[in-house]
Amino acid sequence: MSLNTAYVDASALGKSRHAVSQILETAASGGCGTTGGEGKASCGTSAGPDDMPQEIWDKVKNHPCYSEEAHHHYARMHVAVAPACNIQCNYCNRKYDCSNESRPGVVSQKLTPEQAVKKVVAVASEIPQMTVLGIAGPGDALANPKKTFDTFRMLQEQAPDIKLCLSTNGLALPELADEICKYNIDHVTITINMVDPEVGAKIYPWIFWDHKRVTGIEAATILHQQQMKGLEMLTERGVLTKINSVLIPGINDEHLIEVNREVKKRGAFLHNIMPLISEPEHGTVFGLTGQRGPSAQELKAVQDACMGGANLMRHCRQCRADAVGLLGEDRSEEFTLDKIDEMEVVYDLDKRKSYQDKVEAERQAQHAAKVAALAATNVDDGVDPDMKVLIAVATEGHGKVNQHFGHATEFQIFEVSQGSALFVGHRRVDLYCQGGYGEEEALPSVVSAINDCHAVLVSKIGACPRDELKAAGIEPVDEYAHEFIEKAALSWFAGYRERIASGLITHQVRGDAQIRQGAYSGTAEQAA
Amino acid sequence: MALKIIASMCTGCSACEPECPNVAIREKGGTFIIDPAKCTECEGQFDSPQCIAVCPVDNCIKSV
Repeated sequence: MSLNTAYVDASALGKSRHAVSQILETAASGGCGTTGGEGKASCGTSAGPDDMPQEIWDKVKNHPCYSEEAHHHYARMHVAVAPACNIQCNYCNRKYDCSNESRPGVVSQKLTPEQAVKKVVAVASEIPQMTVLGIAGPGDALANPKKTFDTFRMLQEQAPDIKLCLSTNGLALPELADEICKYNIDHVTITINMVDPEVGAKIYPWIFWDHKRVTGIEAATILHQQQMKGLEMLTERGVLTKINSVLIPGINDEHLIEVNREVKKRGAFLHNIMPLISEPEHGTVFGLTGQRGPSAQELKAVQDACMGGANLMRHCRQCRADAVGLLGEDRSEEFTLDKIDEMEVVYDLDKRKSYQDKVEAERQAQHAAKVAALAATNVDDGVDPDMKVLIAVATEGHGKVNQHFGHATEFQIFEVSQGSALFVGHRRVDLYCQGGYGEEEALPSVVSAINDCHAVLVSKIGACPRDELKAAGIEPVDEYAHEFIEKAALSWFAGYRERIASGLITHQVRGDAQIRQGAYSGTAEQAA
Repeated sequence: MALKIIASMCTGCSACEPECPNVAIREKGGTFIIDPAKCTECEGQFDSPQCIAVCPVDNCIKSV
């Protein structure tokens, strides 16, 4: 395919563009979750084996980034072997590094391919549910092709059961698509923030292309053509693709609906719409110009509007380029080069396999509980059958409500309605409880992070935060401790509807919530 | 005629290293340095010095 046919005609885009509000009204309802009594899901992230061909299910079932269900059970790691980049983005400044910081493009220790492979094998021995290695920077994986592919080649020899994936801006993708297939890389993430160079020029100040620094519309046009061509080439070659888009209010918010449509047309498997991170202290262009990120409801509005298009990923944690562990946790501090040198590493394939079998059994039990809970919820109680509410859940993993309110550094957000508990995202918060004492300053920030929720499901909660949450209109719920999340959510919702039906309470609409931007306190606690 | 990387500004990203047509750039202690004996400032080779064009930090590489 020639370059000219691979990209979107900008004039055609103008004609087909609608306001977000219009599209919201016509957007398909339902989406990424389990609906109805059979446990069938309509979208890639939470879809199961019934929803896709076997060969695709085999690729995604253990990949925490490609399967929402898998992310509760399987871990991933990134190795920072790719520091160079071939473009400049206004939301990125790779110089900023802080061990309390959790966002893409940030690492504490750059690695050679040899060091990286050593680290992966050490982590895989220690964390048997670690199934995926990604190369995500801190620059661009494909702007460092030798380091990226050397790492993959050496790792495949030593740990053949680990899935490989990489992230790229797409500029160098067409020339390397065949190389990617050689290394058996099943998954590629492309960051695509626009399909209109006019929009692109506001996001990308320059690209390095054909030995020149190219700027403005010309740069965005080249990048766009390369991204679309690269995506088409991967689709033709059977590589699963995830498209990451950074939602930048006022620049590409409505436009992302076009992006969703265009990438779906070209075979993208998943679309991950992420909020802009733009604190001034990061020193990014957007941080310095005061470009704000979206609120929780602004992000959800665009995600919901895209629900009829490419499958949406809602569980992204925007992790660092050297993250280790389950999504939302980072154990990279345990695996620094010095510490790896002292470890006795035995790569035991059988041990990993038997552990993963155990995880799989637990996951099946979770799935069965979800199906059973759904079957029990469809009753006519006289309350508005279309009522939907958001709830926040404190969980340490395994798909259960199993975390103390005060220990939560993030909450998972579920949209609950009759017969459906839909995972729609997560909210990072300051750790409320430090050293056994509730931090009084931290509670308002927790409230603002989950202010659009009607309830928060936890395993336990102290008396003080309980009262303050109630005062803010958020119901603290601990009676579903250690139950599977969907089951707990639907049970709570049934009770909530009962209370409305009996006139005990009236249903109130909640406000918006803030997306937490700064440091990730989960690691701050270890540092203290 | 040669270029110099200001070490305090260099992020060590290595983007410049493979772009140099004269193989004049190498890593030293986490950042990169240019061998002035090999540097031609890309005169007669490219429109502009390749290391400057690809460097993510403005004014990190200067003429000395």
